[in-house]
Amino acid sequence: MSAVLDPHGHAGHAHDDHHDHHAPTGWRRWVFATNHKDIGTLYLLFSFTMLMVGGVLALLIRAELFQPGLQIVNPELFNQFTTMHGLIMVFGAIMPAFVGFANWMIPLQIGASDMAFARMNNFSFWLLIPAAIMLVGSFFMPGGAPAAGWTLYAPLTLQMGPSMDAGIFAMHIMGASSIMGSINIIVTILNMRAPGMTLMKMPMFCWTWLITAYLLIAVMPVLAGAITMTLTDRHFGTHFFNPAGGGDPVMYQHIFWFFGHPEVYIMILPAFGIVSQIVPAFARKKLFGYASMVYATSSIAILSFIVWAHHMFTTGMPVTGQLFFMYATMLIAVPTAVKIFNWVATMWQGSMTFETPMLFAVGFIFVFTMGGFTGLILAVAPIDIQLQDTYYVVAHFHYVLVAGSLYAMFAGVYYWLPKWTGVMYSEARGKLHFWWSLISFNITFFPMHFLGLAGMPRRYADYPMQFADFNAIATIGAFGFGIAQVYFFLFIVLPAMRGKGEPAPQKPWEAAEGLEWEVPSPAPFHTFENPPRLDPTATKVIG
Amino acid sequence: MKSNWRNKYKPANLLLAAGAAFSGAAHAVNDLPGGPAVRQLNLPVGVTRIAEEQYFLHWALMILCTVIFVGVFSVMFYSIWKHRKSVGHKAANFHESVVVEVVWTVIPFIIVILMALPATKILVAQKDTTNADLTIKVTGYQWKWGYDYINGEGEGLAFISTLDSSHRAMSDAGAKGDIPNDYLLKVDNPLVVPEKQKIRIITTANDVIHAFAVPQFGIKQDAIPGFVRDTWFRAERTGDFYGQCQELCGKEHAYMPIHVKVVSAEDYTAWVDVKRKEAAAKQDDPNKVWQLPDLLARGERVYAANCAACHQANGKGAGPIKPLDGSAVVLDNDHSKQLHILLNGQNNGAMPAWRQLSDTDLAAVATYTKNSWSNKTGQIIQPAEVVAERGK
Repeated sequence: MSAVLDPHGHAGHAHDDHHDHHAPTGWRRWVFATNHKDIGTLYLLFSFTMLMVGGVLALLIRAELFQPGLQIVNPELFNQFTTMHGLIMVFGAIMPAFVGFANWMIPLQIGASDMAFARMNNFSFWLLIPAAIMLVGSFFMPGGAPAAGWTLYAPLTLQMGPSMDAGIFAMHIMGASSIMGSINIIVTILNMRAPGMTLMKMPMFCWTWLITAYLLIAVMPVLAGAITMTLTDRHFGTHFFNPAGGGDPVMYQHIFWFFGHPEVYIMILPAFGIVSQIVPAFARKKLFGYASMVYATSSIAILSFIVWAHHMFTTGMPVTGQLFFMYATMLIAVPTAVKIFNWVATMWQGSMTFETPMLFAVGFIFVFTMGGFTGLILAVAPIDIQLQDTYYVVAHFHYVLVAGSLYAMFAGVYYWLPKWTGVMYSEARGKLHFWWSLISFNITFFPMHFLGLAGMPRRYADYPMQFADFNAIATIGAFGFGIAQVYFFLFIVLPAMRGKGEPAPQKPWEAAEGLEWEVPSPAPFHTFENPPRLDPTATKVIG
Repeated sequence: MKSNWRNKYKPANLLLAAGAAFSGAAHAVNDLPGGPAVRQLNLPVGVTRIAEEQYFLHWALMILCTVIFVGVFSVMFYSIWKHRKSVGHKAANFHESVVVEVVWTVIPFIIVILMALPATKILVAQKDTTNADLTIKVTGYQWKWGYDYINGEGEGLAFISTLDSSHRAMSDAGAKGDIPNDYLLKVDNPLVVPEKQKIRIITTANDVIHAFAVPQFGIKQDAIPGFVRDTWFRAERTGDFYGQCQELCGKEHAYMPIHVKVVSAEDYTAWVDVKRKEAAAKQDDPNKVWQLPDLLARGERVYAANCAACHQANGKGAGPIKPLDGSAVVLDNDHSKQLHILLNGQNNGAMPAWRQLSDTDLAAVATYTKNSWSNKTGQIIQPAEVVAERGK
């Protein structure tokens, strides 16, 4: 039995004479949190809240689009909904959720006592609260929320009211939070791994976050640049994007998408990491091609910097530019395919069971690949000319972001919830959540491929009659999907947080590997206060 | 402050909408030839060679992707079936193989190159706008299209193409009852072009970025303010073809459709002739002194076609859109105030500029607002005043 674990949790510290603080309780525990587990919990709960807010906006959009004609909102408000749905989901739900996973799991997985910069960690989280309030509150400002699409193209943004400035400010704050979080993650991973855990023995989740953190540091400042230029164009007499003053609206798009493309990989790489942990655990077989997975992830990250203009095929760039970006984008399909093959090879000849984490992980592989293929089709520029700015694009990115990132997060929650809370979720409920989500998701987004191919444009509050049927189907699916997530919160998350359920063993998953399974369930407030001694595979703590 | 919501009774509206849908109240929609088909599943074959090639390339890629998808996931589902603990399968031990990694890196790489070859060919063809028979400049406005024939037969013709205002009203009313097949696609002045000729479309914009697209031609080109871009098409058949604005451009983004009428060469020549005569007749003399009733009648038409979509037929506006009925600016004796707004816009383009309307049209519509609804100023603005205001 290892002597390095603190078996007393956060209650008694009487015999620990090398630190002399009292574990905080009440609101101070959360506001002044420096513990990676607490901060992880804060991030996860925050992001789930934002998921619900963004989800309500989505349902309002789908309710309006249920039938042709304007029934509920006017087009101006509709555009506010589409814009804020995007901003809230990207910056408020997906990104902070992955940071929450990083906070909870990285120190546990590398045998570190906490993140490198515990107080900066606190600041990174709490910055998000005023940012979110500003973002959501922008609906109540004069003129309503920004209505220029989450991509905030100039010069349309120059016409927006004061909420645009609030939105820019909020995004600056969230960007700062992400950058600080990434610094924390990089330093923690590079410096605080337990002795014997070389980089090539580190869990895949840590690898994907290490790479993601570098991407974040590289591109968040670029977004900051683009939105600051928008701000100065709006108020301080500059003409970056205003042609009347010699500026170029397309330059905004270049700068935005130089951020925007790596951003979407930022939103998927940690998902890849989670899936790479779960599939081996439930196939009872090591991840196939670990090194290859590391290289593939790195290739994807590097390539992600040179493909941005595939979002701009119709802006009028010379054909050479279109060709280059088409080739580079199609190239990214290769390392992504390699990853899919490696996961399938992990499953092959394994001894699989299909508890809920595995259902979501396998579901991820299946549905994310569909999204990947539609991405490949969009990459082919002559076809993109027909599909740009249509619902085909909406279908594509929801497949990779919802059926991709979100499903991987659900997989991670089910996988690690016993470790976080000490109780098992109900397997029957988990399966219900999975199937309900999978079916309603596909009902919602599959018809959107048809709508896009038929030419229905994005960000339309009303549409020609011929698009009515598929829109109606999508709306029905959307409401089903939304209710499934409410079910998830009420019947999986809440009971677990309240400690209701079968007590969880230290390692509830028979073949799971990793240092997080070497500590009790729930994980004590302090873990690995001294670096553990590891076996040669760096997956087990030895005496 | 007026509410942004359609009306106070939105829950009732929601239920109504749901009820209408579930009552099977079929809107009896039909396919629109040259536009979308009901429950259309795929790209249109189109009427240009480029559109056809895009269609076939898409089919080829879809089949290729489906084959790969079925292949990979057959393996996965087989594995899920056979390699389960519950059927007693024991896990094997292998976890890496350089050979396998190389093979399944190289093969996708080759597949991707094979996909890129035909795509390159089509893309290069799409970009070649040289040697056009007819060149038309398309300008995106908030929220309509302007067409200028700048080179070739019909040179000099210019007009604005706006969504039919009854369709806009239908949208506001919730698209109830008998809705035409070209709902949201019908315009007052379609773009007319001859068949079997290479038409070069130059795009630009007046305010924000728009995008000109016609799926049946296989074209889409952003219209960017201050810049010119181009694309081309050659329609191999006559007919009516439709598209919509494809870049978010503000609140009426969904309401600026594109209707291209492709006609035979003879019909085109005849049309050009008619249009030239109309343009000559419409040349309003800006020095003409109008009488109030005539000007009001003209102003009412201009208002319905341009202003009613936002300011409403009753002049009361909605939400952030200011009412004209009872507006201080409209009632003011100083005509400059209202004319300045009409010519230059206001609130950063939320009220767009209407410079492109003729002096007579602007004088007429301003006069109309000053003498309609509860506004009874008796004021009249002559076109000459607008000319003077432009000059300031």
